[in-house]
Amino acid sequence: MHKELIKYALFSTVVLLAPLQFSGSYLLNVLVFVGIHTMLAVALNLLLGYAGQISLGHGAFFGLGAYLSGVLTATYGWNPWLTMLVAALVVGGIAFGIGFPILRLKGHYLAMATLGMGIIVYIVFNEWVELTGGPSGFSGIPSLSIGSFVFDTDLKNYYLVWSFVLGCVLLSVNLANSRIGRACRAIHDAEVAARVVGVNARLLKVQIFALSAMICAIAGSLYAHVMTFIAPPSFGFNISVELLTMVVIGGLGSIYGSFLGALLLTLLPEFLRFMHDYDIVFYGGLLMVMTIFMPGGLVRGIPALFRKLSGLRKGKGAAHA
Amino acid sequence: MRTRFMTMTMAALLLLSASFACAAGTIKIGGLFSVTGPPAFLGEPERNTAKMVVDQINKAGGIKGQKLELIVYDTAGDATKAVQMATKLIRDDKVVAIIGPSTTGETMAVIQIAERERVPLISCAAGSRITDPVKRYVFKTAQNDGLAVSKIYEHLQQQKINRVAILTVSDGFGSSGREQLKLLAAKYGIQLLVDDTYGPKDTDMTAQLTKIRGSQAQALIVWGTNPGPAVIARNAKQLGLKLPLYMSHGVSSKKFIALAGDTAEGVKLPSGKVIVADALPKKDPQKVALLSFVKDYQNHYRQEGDHFGGHAWDAVMLLKGAIERGATTAEAIRSGLETTRSFHGIGGTFTYSSRDHAGLTKDAFVMVEIRNADWILAK
Repeated sequence: MHKELIKYALFSTVVLLAPLQFSGSYLLNVLVFVGIHTMLAVALNLLLGYAGQISLGHGAFFGLGAYLSGVLTATYGWNPWLTMLVAALVVGGIAFGIGFPILRLKGHYLAMATLGMGIIVYIVFNEWVELTGGPSGFSGIPSLSIGSFVFDTDLKNYYLVWSFVLGCVLLSVNLANSRIGRACRAIHDAEVAARVVGVNARLLKVQIFALSAMICAIAGSLYAHVMTFIAPPSFGFNISVELLTMVVIGGLGSIYGSFLGALLLTLLPEFLRFMHDYDIVFYGGLLMVMTIFMPGGLVRGIPALFRKLSGLRKGKGAAHA
Repeated sequence: MRTRFMTMTMAALLLLSASFACAAGTIKIGGLFSVTGPPAFLGEPERNTAKMVVDQINKAGGIKGQKLELIVYDTAGDATKAVQMATKLIRDDKVVAIIGPSTTGETMAVIQIAERERVPLISCAAGSRITDPVKRYVFKTAQNDGLAVSKIYEHLQQQKINRVAILTVSDGFGSSGREQLKLLAAKYGIQLLVDDTYGPKDTDMTAQLTKIRGSQAQALIVWGTNPGPAVIARNAKQLGLKLPLYMSHGVSSKKFIALAGDTAEGVKLPSGKVIVADALPKKDPQKVALLSFVKDYQNHYRQEGDHFGGHAWDAVMLLKGAIERGATTAEAIRSGLETTRSFHGIGGTFTYSSRDHAGLTKDAFVMVEIRNADWILAK
């Protein structure tokens, strides 16, 4: 437990000090989105990495949070902070409701069901023009504020988003190391065995699904207020797949791995920009190489790589370290 | 040894003179185009044209001795990316004006940055919401959808047609068109008997057309971009639908004729003047600009110049105009743009003011008809 504390302190320090390095640069703006992606990836990792349940529809929860926040604040004049809470509860409730039938499914069938859910929600965003503005998007969402302090610059947004990320990471790390976290991993490894020892697998899976959806909804609210404009393509199938990639590349079942995955996948395109039209090819190639040679994700692959480089191999398989 | 010394000195001198040349005045402008992604059909010609025009200006000695430097980023049609790239252009590259983005969604997302950082933005997207209401730093060059709708309705009035069916695609372009079609119908005394939509990826629209065939409509207006409208033209022919078919400016490219084949014959649509540049009367004030744009684009890229490239052409030239009138800073360029009067560009004749940042009238469009797989001016 002591080790977890040090890791968290280190993570927080890096997060809090990063703006010193990037202030005034557009990279700070990119880091705001890295923060939002980290929340989403951590949320998906709780479900996929710990409880072992796949979801190809997490973009839907992200979008529901964003649209609930956007529409309720811009059209109906609700308080943004209250709306964020309401959005999280509503989306959590929806996930809890559909979780029971959906999570009875396993493997490919679960993937299909969540994929379908994501597409349905996307179609609603697109077609409910009166409410969502349809394909041309929804604008006029106010920035968040506390009193007269308005979160309207990249620096302010950075601290806003990352304080949510820090909270979310703290919650997830605690959860992962609790009785619930262990029960989740038991379900992941052998659901029948978990049931035999008294874990209510069905309820627990649905609860984790709902929690994961709530975190996504909060990330969606933040996204809406930071961007002040939202449109359906940001919440489609692409983002769901991108999140899955972040979780897998970062490392399944590791909270900090999700952060690394989100960081890499959001920043990499920026650094590959100098390659012009070839950046996509390189990006794809890199992802392939990483999944082949770092099957445990960045969080396990990088230390293994260091050990290999410094010649300190102890005969064990590097990927298992 | 000696030669190496010489080359090094030369290199150093070159570097020095290069940096001096920069200091002697380059004006940095940014471009945000979706060169990849679904809207690549907009972004690619826009980027090509912007580069071509900036090169031409620089070759001709720049603007009042100052060279332009164009920095382009690809937004891939993604609003989040557009926001990041706009921030990069302003913060890191320190541009004085931005051209683009290509789509309405991306533009709406970028507006807050342009307004906050006080950098003029000339969007190449069509949505009328971009400049309505007017935002201090935001301009646009693409024609508003409402102008195209007015042009069609005017034509229908002349043909004594007042009962119409509309079929629009459910994406940004289609929903904006549908809004305008419904909004302006009453003004031209037109009744919309059928108001139906189709999905951007649909491959068969027989169901909607059957419904329209059963109605009392005298004409059908289709609002979409390729390939949907071509499918509709084919389906209409198969069903033996005799209604005159009207389309939007979204299909005014040769691609549509290629997709629809002989079912495109007789289709009428409002279009910017690029595709009929040759056929325009001599007295048309845009004719000179149009012919030179088409010719230059053909020479550079071995392709026909289109409307989308035209939007970028107009944006660069409008900036050039503002800079020629003495503006060099972002703030001065913004005010300079507002003093644009009767600039004859590709998309139309622009007159900006503090109350109008779109600058065009419905004369920006002409009605064209497809005959023998080519465009003619409709009567």
